[in-house]
Amino acid sequence: MLTETLDLGLAKPRRETRVVVAMSGGVDSSVTAALLAEAGYEVVGITLQLYAAGGPRTRPGACCAGEDIYDARRVADRLGIRHYVLDYETRFKEAVIDDFADSYLRGETPIPCVRCNERVKFRDLLALARDLGADALATGHYVRRVAGPEGPELHRAVDEARDQSYFLFATTPEQLEFLRFPLGDMPKEEVRAQADRLGLAVADKPDSQDICFVPSGRYAGVIERLRPGAAEPGDIVDEGGQVLGRHEGIIHYTVGQRRGLGIAAPEPLYVLAVDAARRAVVVGPQAALLRDRVFTGPLAWIGGDAPQPGEARAVVARLRSSHPGAPARLVPAENGIAEVVLDESEPATAPGQACVLYDGDRVLGGGWITGTGRSGALVENGGQALAAEMAAA
Amino acid sequence: MSDSGPIYLDYNATAPIKPQVVEAVAEAMTLAGNPSSVHGFGRDVRKRIEDAREQIAALVDCTPAELVFTAGGTEANNTALRGAGRRALIVSAIEHPAILRTAEAVADKLIVLPVNGDGVLDMAALDAALAAHGPEALVSVMLANNETGVIQPVAEIASRAKVAGALVHCDAVQAPGRIPVSFAALGVDMMSIAAHKFAGPKGIGALIVRSGLDVSPLITGGGQERGLRGGTENAAGIVGFGAAAALARDDLARAGEIAALRDRLEARLRETEPDVVIFSEGAARLPNTSCLTMPGVQSETQVMGLDLAGVAVSAGSACSSGKVEPSHVLRALGAPDGIGGCAIRVSLGWATTEDEVERFLGAWRALYAGLTNRWKAGVSAAAG
Repeated sequence: MLTETLDLGLAKPRRETRVVVAMSGGVDSSVTAALLAEAGYEVVGITLQLYAAGGPRTRPGACCAGEDIYDARRVADRLGIRHYVLDYETRFKEAVIDDFADSYLRGETPIPCVRCNERVKFRDLLALARDLGADALATGHYVRRVAGPEGPELHRAVDEARDQSYFLFATTPEQLEFLRFPLGDMPKEEVRAQADRLGLAVADKPDSQDICFVPSGRYAGVIERLRPGAAEPGDIVDEGGQVLGRHEGIIHYTVGQRRGLGIAAPEPLYVLAVDAARRAVVVGPQAALLRDRVFTGPLAWIGGDAPQPGEARAVVARLRSSHPGAPARLVPAENGIAEVVLDESEPATAPGQACVLYDGDRVLGGGWITGTGRSGALVENGGQALAAEMAAA
Repeated sequence: MSDSGPIYLDYNATAPIKPQVVEAVAEAMTLAGNPSSVHGFGRDVRKRIEDAREQIAALVDCTPAELVFTAGGTEANNTALRGAGRRALIVSAIEHPAILRTAEAVADKLIVLPVNGDGVLDMAALDAALAAHGPEALVSVMLANNETGVIQPVAEIASRAKVAGALVHCDAVQAPGRIPVSFAALGVDMMSIAAHKFAGPKGIGALIVRSGLDVSPLITGGGQERGLRGGTENAAGIVGFGAAAALARDDLARAGEIAALRDRLEARLRETEPDVVIFSEGAARLPNTSCLTMPGVQSETQVMGLDLAGVAVSAGSACSSGKVEPSHVLRALGAPDGIGGCAIRVSLGWATTEDEVERFLGAWRALYAGLTNRWKAGVSAAAG
């Protein structure tokens, strides 16, 4: 039985070891809590209310969010563990949602889940867990924490299709010390089987959406509600600046996108860049998308010795969550920023996505993509300023 | 950490029911009849309900005929605010959400009166509101606040309102069994009470309506409760309510002992932590309630940390999801969120012992010491 091997590697006896589990009400965090409780740890469930659940039954002053909080509580009831619900709406809005909207308005394609892990779960919730005397904070993320010679390392999950390491690149070594990810070694099917075995009512619950606060992927509606008037129409232009058509607002477009342009052309057109200042969407043929240089903001590093300017090293770079990774060379610059040079060109990634660096399965770190470029060619978007900065440095 | 089970210090949320009340309820549940029935079975239940009504009326000094049973304090408050037919509502800023949310929903004109730093109503603001809206207004001010225990000058409020032609409702749910309550002496038109705040069952309360006052029912039906509250009576709940009311006289007699425990708790904390803020300390308070801060530590952290140590307290108004929200009461007192956000409410009652107070102090100090050590470690780590 798996639970015999489930051990968090903490010194104290399990029944004296307090573990806070971040419980979302979904199957993954429910199984995490259940397995830890079954293994004999003193489990404390905490559910964060991050945003008001939509729908006609939500009224101002209504104090409960949706089904997920209810589900988390019922799981905790079933497990007989202590469970608390915390109102994190305000800080989630400030730390994650506002940033998400503003990023789109800058023509970027943000990843709010990284921000949420970085600024909410692994910062505020982790600090609270320490305040409550916990020995560890466990989550249902599909990622592995592996003991290494110089301390814990962050590795990809065993189940590649479920791997969430891309979203956790901003985790610090101090945070990782305290974190545990019991599901990192399990395929999703096993997690569902465990939920079944443990009699958890959430066993058949569908997987959560990509972005929890965006219902059914309709992010544009969320942005329009947060930033009224944001979706102003503008021109669709080619690389030479010639107007090919109109669009309904840059927030509807992301670099690499092909569908929804509404332009008849001899060859398929792709979004090459989103120019927020001119409200323009730049399109061109697929070949024009190819890039071999990626510029990042300050690197977060969890892979041992921090990279030094001038010391290039071989890495595998993932340029979006669905990207399997490509061999590349990391070229650190001054101020912590970096250039990543891909061995072979890839379709461009939107600014606002993360460039996450691996050594095999191990996460080394990563940074927010500020721009991309082609060797010996134009650099798009923020990359221009950055390239100039790097040249100056 | 607990030596003998968890400690309950959250009587203002609900007071643990007394064994005698449980017995009375259990016995009443065996009665078969519907109190509206003509036959003997019905009469038996009817008698028990009327006995209870008299017991409760005696506790709060109203006539039995003035007492209308409801499904708790919130329904009583709703009946008062929705049924009195006044368009302008004048409420204090520190009312319970059962008043505030209802007033927001029903008032054509809503005036929220400020309180002073101790949480006592600003009488000048009341006068101004009465001058502007008196004849069309209903004033609703609580007798004792659930979070700080501060007691309002309700009799004075009622006399000023009467002069101005306003009606007065008083949410008195926190008061019976803790301080003497006289509906007649307060001079209000309506008053809400709830059984579970003084060791009765949850889900049963009453609105006391001055005889001669015309109030519309919230729930219409078979004409029960003199037409003011339709539906077959919650006979077992009402019998328990009556039993709790009879027993509440013992609590009143012991109010001095409870106050001494509360005062001791506050004094002992102050001995070691002089920075502890105690809200409404300078005003008349319920004898059982203390609203105090753990400097620099968020309320929710304290409530969770103490719960993990086996001590039950609360912060703000408990909401149905159990999540902790910033206290509107402490904001109304002028407390910045940095202080109000560090407050918890400790409320004592009939079963509280000196030993429990000591164990609370031990848990509080252990939690605080653990946190401050962590801060110090964090500071030195940052400095190093």
